[in-house]
Amino acid sequence: MLSSQIKSNEIIFGSCNKDLLEEIIFYGIGLGADFVEIFIENTDNSSVLAEEDFITSVSPSFGRGAGIRIFKEKKDGFVSTNDLTKHGLMRSVSQAIEMLDITDNKKREVFNGLNKHKDYSFSKKKWINEVPSINEISEKLLVSTKSLKKNNKIITRKGSYSRNLQEVIIASSDGTYVSDIRLHQTVGLNVIASDAQYRSSGSRRFGSSGMPNEFRLWDHEKAANDVFESSMNMLYADYVDAGQMPVVLANKFGGVIFHEACGHLLETTQIERGTTPFENKLNEKIAHESVTAIDEGISEGSFGSLSVDDEGMEPEKSVLIKDGILKKFISDRAGELRTGHKRTGSGRRQNYSFAAASRMRNTYIAKGDYSKEDLISSISDGLYCKSMGGGSVGATGQFNFAVEEGYLIKNGKLTNPVKGATLIGEAKEVMPKISMCGNDLELAPGFCGSISGSVNVTVGQPHIKVDSITVGGR
Amino acid sequence: MNSREITTQISEAADSLNLRKWDYGASFSNDYSVQVDKGEAKQLKASQKQILTIRVWNQSNLVGITTTSDISESGIKKALKQANIASDFGNKNESTEFSPLAKDPIKVKKVKKRNPVGIKKLLTLLREAEVKLIESHESIKSVPYNGLSESFFERVYANSEGAFRSYSKSQAALYLYARAEEKNKKPRSSGSVKLGYGADDIDIESCIKEASNKTISHLNYSSIKTDKYLICFSPDSFLTIINAFSSMFNARSIIDGVSLSNKNSIGEKLSTEALNIYDDGLHEKNISSTPFDGEGTPTKRLCLINKGRIENLIHSESTARIFKTTPTGHAGLGSKVSVSPDWIVVEKSEENFDLKKSLDHSTYEGEFVYIEELNAIHAGVRASQGSFSLPFDGWLYKNGKKISIESATVAGDIKYLLKNIVNIESSQEVTTSGISPHIWVDELSITGDA
Repeated sequence: MLSSQIKSNEIIFGSCNKDLLEEIIFYGIGLGADFVEIFIENTDNSSVLAEEDFITSVSPSFGRGAGIRIFKEKKDGFVSTNDLTKHGLMRSVSQAIEMLDITDNKKREVFNGLNKHKDYSFSKKKWINEVPSINEISEKLLVSTKSLKKNNKIITRKGSYSRNLQEVIIASSDGTYVSDIRLHQTVGLNVIASDAQYRSSGSRRFGSSGMPNEFRLWDHEKAANDVFESSMNMLYADYVDAGQMPVVLANKFGGVIFHEACGHLLETTQIERGTTPFENKLNEKIAHESVTAIDEGISEGSFGSLSVDDEGMEPEKSVLIKDGILKKFISDRAGELRTGHKRTGSGRRQNYSFAAASRMRNTYIAKGDYSKEDLISSISDGLYCKSMGGGSVGATGQFNFAVEEGYLIKNGKLTNPVKGATLIGEAKEVMPKISMCGNDLELAPGFCGSISGSVNVTVGQPHIKVDSITVGGR
Repeated sequence: MNSREITTQISEAADSLNLRKWDYGASFSNDYSVQVDKGEAKQLKASQKQILTIRVWNQSNLVGITTTSDISESGIKKALKQANIASDFGNKNESTEFSPLAKDPIKVKKVKKRNPVGIKKLLTLLREAEVKLIESHESIKSVPYNGLSESFFERVYANSEGAFRSYSKSQAALYLYARAEEKNKKPRSSGSVKLGYGADDIDIESCIKEASNKTISHLNYSSIKTDKYLICFSPDSFLTIINAFSSMFNARSIIDGVSLSNKNSIGEKLSTEALNIYDDGLHEKNISSTPFDGEGTPTKRLCLINKGRIENLIHSESTARIFKTTPTGHAGLGSKVSVSPDWIVVEKSEENFDLKKSLDHSTYEGEFVYIEELNAIHAGVRASQGSFSLPFDGWLYKNGKKISIESATVAGDIKYLLKNIVNIESSQEVTTSGISPHIWVDELSITGDA
């Protein structure tokens, strides 16, 4: 039941805001909205940059804001504001109602008040005191950049750390009333190596969610060795010859191709736009039978994991593709409303200024039976992509990915390093060509930019073999 | 609170915390945007946003910074305190000061103030545009990526020595990306973006026409043989390349060792003598211009390449001091002050005798690849190494015919590209990121499917 007494005129984190939230939602429903959602955020972030042997940047930031979304039939209006007073939030609701041109408020939805508060943040309030201090971070970053100084060919060394602590309250007219605290930490190392006219670079990024101690446990020496070796291996590499060839994609960040080229096409936002070739392919074969692909938000500590999504739903483990057959789309509230695909706990947004959209979380191809050696030995002339750079997918599904560290495969063996390679293709043509999956599934953190901003995700896969793909080079 | 009041509040809060030296940059904005889907409103959005970045110098003259969206009295005080704490970690090897030009007069373009047209009108305009674009050709089935927005914002810079700058402006943007489908062919997509000071200034008809023409022109496509080709870069694609490798002119990148240039690169020959490149943030065609940078330095026109040689670098206050010159108005306020170009203008110099002037994209009858738009810049450019490998939209011109190229990349090295410019056409075109003529480059690698 609604309370008639308003206890506070402003959202206050750490306090009970139920009455105020109910009043605002009731106000929106009273004006004729079918659905009202309030997302409130309080952030406390910091980042540190070490260059060579000095800390060159420390950037703390904090902020708060609210995003209010109103649905009327299949349309939605979204208003964001930094004003968390009752007046500010009411004004945002009015603005959203006005934008949607809702004039008929006779057909009212029923709002029975918010459910009992579900507090996912209960055990997480101590995190802010458990994360490493700037001093501790700085010291470890400087040790890390020092570890990169392994010879005089390394001309640039960088280490960077960032920590985002986000406290959220989500309330909506279906009774949802939850709060949560999210903690994400990332650390990265970068080098540039140079010798005469030769130049190469190497980088690695590590990340976790909900693990305040993780940075302390990070093996900086191993990471530095990895980055150094990568840059040295590529320093004198020749440019790869372009052409069609079989490739083996390494595990971990190799999964970025599946994420970009296929994962996005399985988000309901793509169905809404009519831009996915998989729209009518549910329960049909879209990939090689060796491919099972999963998107989930529940792996402990993974960068894309969450206790609850940005629409107040607990994330599920979604098997997207099972033995090559398309089984599920990644869906949010708007996706369910507009496409009929049930929500999967995947409504995500960068912050309060974005409306949530169906977004991936931890997305990976499941492990198979083969060893990495099995995959490489099956190729007489091809490319091994040990480390992938970024990439993009065009409006019609073509993708393009840079290979950061590549090696030629000759007669079943790894040979010379090559640079300048890009992988070019189209998901629906490449997915059936993933013929072998290794047994060494590993995940890697990343940031995914899309309609609702940049969100933390994990990509992953075991080593996989693609029978034929276009490799761009010179 | 207005920007003067915020400045006063920061000043008073700093005094109460015994912080004598500070500056801040802030932006306050109201944004409105609409998207449509087959005649229906899809998402309507409004946002009110405020961002405040405060820097504080401690007694050892080290700088700390904090950014916040909370401009309440307590928020400002907290930001100052945090910045003061962060100053303990300030960079001891590269000091930061106020820009010596932070009080110099600024040139503000005279632009008539626009008022918001409102969400309803934005929606009506976008709905009409979507319908017209779909009706423009039978193969165009949808406009999956579309949006019309208007933004009203104020930018402020002030410091404890009395510098105060404030600038208000409005900007509107329209983008339409159509998707065309024909039987037994892959879907094709292309589009257009237009900017204006207000929604009423945007040339919607030309945006529709451009999106339609571009999309239709890609309907007949073919793969291209992997080989080296004579390339004609559209103004937009050439500007994309120059912006992607702008670290060559960036003093910050040089100091950080991530530029292809070095401290002695002024005067270095990069290209044909026919090439001039300027950075001109105040150009009359630049809708996004701002009269001062993040440190309060006035924006100005700067020659980057003069007759093929590097003439100037872009600077912040600290890089200018290191290079013993003056700031150029390209700084972004941050813990580590960033430097970036504003608006690139490419021109043909008077020393253009060595150009192959017969190469004109509208008349040349030989074989060449026309690159209309480069994609995936963040993935395909290695700025510190000078290399690029980028997917593009474009056409192969061969035997008097023009055919759209299906899924291909162009790869090369920026220094090679600049040295191999064989023609710079005479007429310049205005794009959203600058002005450039068509630029011809010989012998670049294209990877296709064939």
